[in-house]
Parts: sequence; structure tokens; C-alpha cells
Amino acid sequence: MNEITITRNNHLIDPSLTVWGWEIPVYLFLGGMVAGMMLISGYFLFKGRYKEENCSCYYLPYMSIILLSLGMVALFLDLEHKLYVWRLYTTFQITSAMSWGSWILVLVYPILIANIILRPPKLLEEKIPIVGKWKSKLLANPNWIKNIGVLTMFFGAGIGLYTGVLLSSLGARPLWSSSILWLLFLVSGLSGAAAFVHVIAKNVYERELLAKADNAFLIIELFVIALFIIGLKTATEVQAHAADMLLFGDFAASFWVFVIGLGIIIPLIIQLLAVNHKIHHTPVAPLMVIVGGLILRFIIVAAGQYSHWFALN
Amino acid sequence: MARYGMVIDTKKCVGCQDCVIACQAENNVPQGFCRDWITTESKGKFPTIEMEIRTERCNHCTDAPCVSCCPTGASHYHDVGGVVLVNHYECIGCKACIASCPYDARFVHPEGYVDKCTFCIHKVEKGEQPACVSVCPTYCMHFGDLDDPNSEVSKLLKSRKNHSLIPEAGTKPNIFYLT
Repeated sequence: MNEITITRNNHLIDPSLTVWGWEIPVYLFLGGMVAGMMLISGYFLFKGRYKEENCSCYYLPYMSIILLSLGMVALFLDLEHKLYVWRLYTTFQITSAMSWGSWILVLVYPILIANIILRPPKLLEEKIPIVGKWKSKLLANPNWIKNIGVLTMFFGAGIGLYTGVLLSSLGARPLWSSSILWLLFLVSGLSGAAAFVHVIAKNVYERELLAKADNAFLIIELFVIALFIIGLKTATEVQAHAADMLLFGDFAASFWVFVIGLGIIIPLIIQLLAVNHKIHHTPVAPLMVIVGGLILRFIIVAAGQYSHWFALN
Repeated sequence: MARYGMVIDTKKCVGCQDCVIACQAENNVPQGFCRDWITTESKGKFPTIEMEIRTERCNHCTDAPCVSCCPTGASHYHDVGGVVLVNHYECIGCKACIASCPYDARFVHPEGYVDKCTFCIHKVEKGEQPACVSVCPTYCMHFGDLDDPNSEVSKLLKSRKNHSLIPEAGTKPNIFYLT
């Protein structure tokens, strides 16, 4: 017998940690999507696909800015001391993943704006003549555009990495104590973004390419999830128990059904049939991938808070 | 530099919660919250059952994850005794420190900032004992400098078997329990 009774009953702490509600998973999901979109858009710029009239690199930066801003609103809503949010930008704490993240997020906006300047909205070009000048300068220097593409990919990867590192740096929660959580979130973000672009892409080549890429990302994601679970199962006892929560415990049903089944395997089968021209491309599979990515974040955040060192004391 | 810590004699603690009440009164802890609490742990199989009663709080870890994950520097080591404190006017309430603490010692104060035990540093700096230590009716709590070999806490740790909580989390906690 090992029975522990604690008189503490602090709000959001007891009986199990629930300090992070819907805001953080939504933020991590949107951050992941933006990371994926930036990687895709940056790749197209780098490869010179911006010369195509309907290249997705022209509208992805707008979507990235909107989604990133929505994510930051969610993050802001999560703060308990909202009026002090500016404190994030009066310091840089080198050991804090959140501090790195807040500065990366600020640096991402100029990069996205540089993307937009390649083809700015007409109204903006008319009202602010300098935008038109910058556009002409950029278009006259393909190497600059390539560099913007590289920077877009670099900062996109930075956001994707950060969303995973943010959780895994909090070692007190055994489920998050994994060195490949960043990879899982990055690949999941890439698959979500590829699925999204696949649906909205006007260019047939891009649609085909991203459907194939999404299939590759989904297969990689399955491997990364398997490695994530194996890593936990072969680590300390508390981590093995944390993995069991996903495999057989309270979070197993939603994990297996919504993340693995409906979020990866079924859409992967549908998209494999589509790219092999057995069935038509429809938005169903991409939508399943996107919703699966969102549910993955919800499960990881909730189960991570539930996992605890004390469980086996 | 001093390293403040506590040594708590589990053979003397009766779980009366005087320390909890003293802390709430001294630090104006809002109703429904506590900075310290009582844990009762029963282990074994009848008839060889052992019970340990402990008063617990923030462990003021030497490698505090709450300090390293804080994005604004609000969570910091105090100059005096390395006590882990939260600057209310720098805390944005992101709750990363709460998630990073293996002891669940922190909570969100109704005013928005994150709150926790301070070892009553305002009293300690005046040469007094923390409120919880000063009211303990069984004298099971001892506070002092763990780096001073002649302090009461260091002597107790040398003379008695002791343990800290979740040392495997690697945070180097500064509260020890005599067994």
C-alpha cells in the first residue's frame, strides 16, 4: 500500500494540474500551421516558383499573418496578468523557451511582410508609394527573393521547433519530457499546412505536389509518434506511465480514434488513392488532417498536465 | 553565499496545520489557497505499516525549473539565501513556472500573478524565523543556512537520516525531511 493524502486544494492545481485550457493547444496548433505554411511558402520562393502567376507563396503570407495573430490572441487570453504582457519584451531570458518564442514571433512578422511586398495589395501600393519601389527592387534581384525564401523557411522552422520545445523544456511533466516533441509538432504542423494548401491551391502542380508531400509528412508523423511513445516507454517509470495514458489510459480513446485513426491513417489512405488517380481530390482528407493536428495538441497539453512525478511516490 | 533551507522532523510533525494557518495569516494568502500544506503518506503492508506526516511548501530548489523557464525574469533567486521569489510586477501569469514545478507548489493569485512560499523572506531579513517555523507547536521545523556547517539545519542533516522530495527530478530541493 502507498497512500498519499494532501490537504492542499489550490484552484487549477489540485486534484490535477489544469492551468492551461483551450488557449495553449489552439496557439500551438496555429503556430504549427503557420510554421508549415512558412516552410512551404519559403520553399516556393527559393525554388523560383513565385514567377508563376497563381503561386501559393503570394497568399500564404497573408494567411500566416492572420493565423499567427489569432494564435497570439489565444496566447494573450491565457495570460492571467494581461496588462503586464509587455514585460516579455523588456528582457531576453536565454534559458526560457517562452522568451525565445516571443522574440521569434516578433521577428516573424517582418519576414512575412517582406513576403507580402513581393505582390502587395493594390490599395497599399497606391497609398504608400515606397511599397511599390521595394517591390520593383525585389523583383529586380532574384537573389534577394531567394534569401527571403531561406529566411522564411528558417523562421518557419523556428516557430515549429519552439512549439514543441516550449512543452518539453518543462521537465516536471513526464509526458512532455521528450526530446522529439518538437519534431512531432513540426511534422504535424507541416502536414496540416500541406493539407490546407492542398485544398486552397489554385495551381494544379502545387496541389498534386502538396498532396504527395502531405502523404510523406503523415507517414513521417506516424514514425515520430511511434518514436515518441517508445522513448517514453523506455525512459523512467513515470514517463512509461505517461505513455500508457495515451496508449491505454484516459486519453487512449481520443488519441487512437481522432489522432491516429481519423487524423492520420484514414486521410493517408484517401490521399494515396487521390494521388494515384483512383478517386478525386476532395477537402475531406485535408480537413481530417487539420482537425487531427488540433486534437493532437489538445491531448498532449491535457495529458501532459495530468502526468506527474508524484504518481509513483 | 548562504543557502537557506528547512529541515523538518517527520517524527515530530503531527499534521496540526498550524504552519498552514500561520502562513496564510502572515502572508495574507487569499481564501481557498495555501502556500504550504500537510501531506500524509502511508506505506507498507499490515502489520508493518509506516506513516510519515510532512509539512510541504516550495522547495526553493538550487536548480529551480520555475526560474529557468520564466520568460520575464519574474521568477528569480533572491540575493539573500538563494530563496526563489516571484516579482509580482514582472509576472505575466503565463503559468509556465506552475507547469514546470514537480512539487505543484505554485498557484495563480486571484490578482493575476503567480504566488508561492517565500520562506517569509521579509521576516528572515529582519533576523526572524519564517511564520510556519515560529508557530510550530512540536518544534519539528528548523530553518537556516545549509551552507554553514555550524548551523542547526546542517548539524541535524549530519546527525539524522533524511530525504528530500522527488530528488530524481534533478532540481536540488532545499527542504529535507528527517526520518
